[in-house]
Amino acid sequence: MVEELGTTTEGDLIINVGPQHPATHGVLHLVITLNGETIKKVEPHLGYIHRSIEKMCESLTYRQFIYVTSRMDYLSAHINNHACALCVEKGMQIEVPERAQVIRVLMDELTRIASHELWWGAMAMDLGAFTPFFHAFRERETINDIMEETCGARLTMNYMVPGGVMADLHPDFQKRVKAFISLYRSKIKEYDEMLTGNIIFQNRMKGVGYLSPEDAISYGCSGPAARGSGVSCDIRKLYPYEVYNKVQFEEVLETAGDSFARYMVRIREMNQSVSIIEQLIDNIPEGDYQAKTKAVLKLPKGEFYTRVETARGELGVYIVSEGATTPYRIKFRSPGFSNLSALDHMARGSKLGDLVAMMGTLDLVIPDIDR
Amino acid sequence: MAQDQQHMTNNFPGQIHETPGGGIVLSKLDDVINWARSNSLWPLTFATSCCGIEMMAVASAKYDFSRFGFEVARASPRQADVIIIAGTIVNKMAPVLKRLYDQMADPKYVIAMGACAISGGPFFYNTYSVVKGADHVIPVDVYVAGCPPRPEALLHALISLQQKIKMGMTREQIKEGV
Repeated sequence: MVEELGTTTEGDLIINVGPQHPATHGVLHLVITLNGETIKKVEPHLGYIHRSIEKMCESLTYRQFIYVTSRMDYLSAHINNHACALCVEKGMQIEVPERAQVIRVLMDELTRIASHELWWGAMAMDLGAFTPFFHAFRERETINDIMEETCGARLTMNYMVPGGVMADLHPDFQKRVKAFISLYRSKIKEYDEMLTGNIIFQNRMKGVGYLSPEDAISYGCSGPAARGSGVSCDIRKLYPYEVYNKVQFEEVLETAGDSFARYMVRIREMNQSVSIIEQLIDNIPEGDYQAKTKAVLKLPKGEFYTRVETARGELGVYIVSEGATTPYRIKFRSPGFSNLSALDHMARGSKLGDLVAMMGTLDLVIPDIDR
Repeated sequence: MAQDQQHMTNNFPGQIHETPGGGIVLSKLDDVINWARSNSLWPLTFATSCCGIEMMAVASAKYDFSRFGFEVARASPRQADVIIIAGTIVNKMAPVLKRLYDQMADPKYVIAMGACAISGGPFFYNTYSVVKGADHVIPVDVYVAGCPPRPEALLHALISLQQKIKMGMTREQIKEGV
């Protein structure tokens, strides 16, 4: 192939994937330029689920706007709420009780497991394996039930509020989480036996969608997408928040940079999340679950930025305040948007059939990208 | 009303007359077609946002909509009978939704799942890009409330749609209460 990648010449085939396509996990629209079966260019078109969340937040108070963020990255709803609550707390200089901090971390890690579960099932389904979907949802439903008992919702929880969490834990919480994690490690082994070791699956993943560490940094990738290339970027380690500096866990890094490396990062991250939960579940301190705060929150004039590690990478919340009850401007730095931008670079020169594996391991959530 | 009660059950619509050496089934052809049609509805995998995850939960083993004949989820509108609008419809997506609906073969049905598809839901106020209800774009048969609805609620909607089909009336007839 002598033609240059990234250009369109006569005779090239241009195909549209999406917005209605099961492998895009939502409503992403990709315009793909093909030479034969080789991808020359992938151009993502966004906005099919742009709900103007940032603009909405400007007319909602600091207590109200958190519920909208559950709908952004709905697979890590807790962590989105957490990021916003942290930013408001930073502005108001609210001290969060230790019990609330531990509850938040527990919920975050349960969410991370649930999110990786769904990714695992959906990605395998995209590659043509249907069974993992049912196995993944079996465990996911257990986590949903635990969440529902405490938060009252299965998916969009709105549980974290400025100053702590909305309600105390359900009395059965510890018992049910312990029952879940005692089984869960064996389930991860089951996943490995079912999919990770499968030779067909490995052939479709290994060497596909290579992303070098330099490119991962220059495209602003974060989360498992960057850690699969060996870039250390776990916010929980680098800029610890809540009680992450008190628990023992390792930042999962793989160096191969291909789809299989990103896959392994997520599988190993599930193990790390279980170990964080194991350390905390017996040590939930007594006390208040919420700090005493004023009924109406007014952030002082200024700019505030916090970041957390969601299941997909770094989520940043940037609030500009004019001293009123509503923010002057809110900007979310979503992990999916930056990770998607690397897709074109990864896909160039590879075959069309491999694109699904690349998109699957980037773990895109489209409402998180469009907002 | 007695006839409506009959549609609530999933029995074969007809009467069996015992005769020596077997029996004869008497029924209306329309009833038989509607009965068959209502029990093999193929949904389109159309998910724009959060409700799509609950739709996947309904497809998985715990709730399992294949018990009611919905398991063959199709990615192509040409093979689908029912479109479950799972998620917000924004201005850019509305023409796509209309096009998908137009591509489906008759008879076709629509379920609006979740507050966003019903009325814009949490995105009703203060946004510039959200369609305030999918029924501004295509006609809707069944509405399911919730943000997102529980899987049981979606199952109830699917069963409601089946009953609607078994009644054998058009949308207009149902609306007028004939």
